[in-house]
Amino acid sequence: MSERLINIIIDSFWKILLPGLKMTVPLTVISFAIAMVIAVLCALAQFADIKPLKPVIRFYIWVIRGTPLLVQLYVLFYGLPNIGITLDPFPSAVIVFAINEGAYASETIRAALESVPSGQIEAGYCVGMSYFQIMRRIVLPQAFRTAFPTLGNELISMVKDTSLAANITVMEMFMATQRIVARTYEPLALYIEVGVIYLIFSTVLTRLQRYGEKRLAFYGRR
Amino acid sequence: MMLEVNHVRKSFDSAEVLKDVSISVEKGEVVSILGPSGSGKTTLLRCMNFLERADSGEMIFDGRRIDLAAASDREIAAIRKKTAFVFQNYNLFLNKNALQNVTEGLVIARKMDRAKADEIGRQALAKVGMLDWKDSYPSQLSGGQQQRVAIARAIAVDPEIIYFDEPTSALDPELTGEVLDVMRTLADDGMTMLVVTHEMGFARNVSSKVCFMEGGVVVESGTPEKIFGDPEKDRTREFLGILEKEQ
Ligand SMILES: Nc1ncnc2c1ncn2[C@@H]1O[C@H](COP(=O)(O)OP(=O)(O)OP(=O)(O)O)[C@@H](O)[C@H]1O
Ligand SMILES: [Mg+2]
Repeated sequence: MSERLINIIIDSFWKILLPGLKMTVPLTVISFAIAMVIAVLCALAQFADIKPLKPVIRFYIWVIRGTPLLVQLYVLFYGLPNIGITLDPFPSAVIVFAINEGAYASETIRAALESVPSGQIEAGYCVGMSYFQIMRRIVLPQAFRTAFPTLGNELISMVKDTSLAANITVMEMFMATQRIVARTYEPLALYIEVGVIYLIFSTVLTRLQRYGEKRLAFYGRR
Repeated sequence: MMLEVNHVRKSFDSAEVLKDVSISVEKGEVVSILGPSGSGKTTLLRCMNFLERADSGEMIFDGRRIDLAAASDREIAAIRKKTAFVFQNYNLFLNKNALQNVTEGLVIARKMDRAKADEIGRQALAKVGMLDWKDSYPSQLSGGQQQRVAIARAIAVDPEIIYFDEPTSALDPELTGEVLDVMRTLADDGMTMLVVTHEMGFARNVSSKVCFMEGGVVVESGTPEKIFGDPEKDRTREFLGILEKEQ
């Protein structure tokens, strides 16, 4: 490896990592947090069988899960200006990632809610608890533990998917790399380098996920 | 009469599961309900605690009359405050340890302060011989132990009556004894109990009244001496004969 290439790799490490910390991380964290709110509300509405909301939620999940994330980004960022709605790149990306992940996570959470044995809900009623109290004290804590590993995987996927935001000019890690490639003509080294940085991010999250799972180990289950 | 239900009817889809059932329990009495599978025993108990909504029928509890089909949420809450339910498969809260299982209804539903609830919870667990396991989660307990915690949860709310739905049916034979012993102690203490059971020994020796149900009706009821000794109806005789042979 030439000295020039080594210098480019070392030089660009911070130039890629910095947008990672400044863009990729906030984009992921904010989008995922909003997605969790959407997901919990959609899952609860379905679990509680709120009749008028159910078809709306099913439609939302059907559309979002049935279309590519990239198409959704393009519709929002390049499409909506046609009808007079123009948004900045970063908020556009947050909206699309939150809505997209919200659809997937709501299915994860709904399945987790349904996996809580329903006899416990009846037992809760019999000791005088209200539906709301039973959800908050009994069902949601158990559903959260069930959903946690899957939600962790979805978060890791999302970190990687944020690279798609480069397509709508969000200056995140991948776009930063593309810029450096255009200047240096070293695509192989640099695209591997950005891959390694994504790998570091994912590895950190996987570790956190495993630690969380251990902390949440199912109530003394052996 | 402390509690009675009259003319209870309940259908699922087209199948009529309860066809005009009436039953009454005096204060301090232990009433056993016997009957073959599918006779509507569980459904009757569930209707009495509004886990299932009866199609028609009335309940008279402490002199107050309640329409089983049309009871308001407030009436239902009032009835549930006075009753407790022990399920066939325990239904303990899996995210709570034994003591928390017992105190949850006190602290959350009845807004009792934590220290007082813990004290009552400990007493209830001691009563069923489970105080040493107060910090164990349901997954760490045997079926018999779980059912004893469930009974502690039932007595902790100081109910006027406890409904039991086949409390020993899910247990290995060697574990039924410990649960039946606890129930016998409760009966001796004067707890009012309505017990669906297949345990002939319990029905015969502990209860003050036995009801035999089949096909959604109470075929016959009376003292254990009469039902086991000299039943009026052939069906009762036949059913008990089969069970006695099994045991
Ligand atoms: N939720 C339900 N939906 C439809 N049918 C039901 C439902 N619950 C009970 N049934 C039917 O009602 C009948 C009576 O059921 P129930 O559970 O009350 O009987 P049981 O006397 O408790 O029987 P077992 O001794 O087996 O517990 C059965 O035929 C059952 O299939
Ligand atoms: Mg039953």
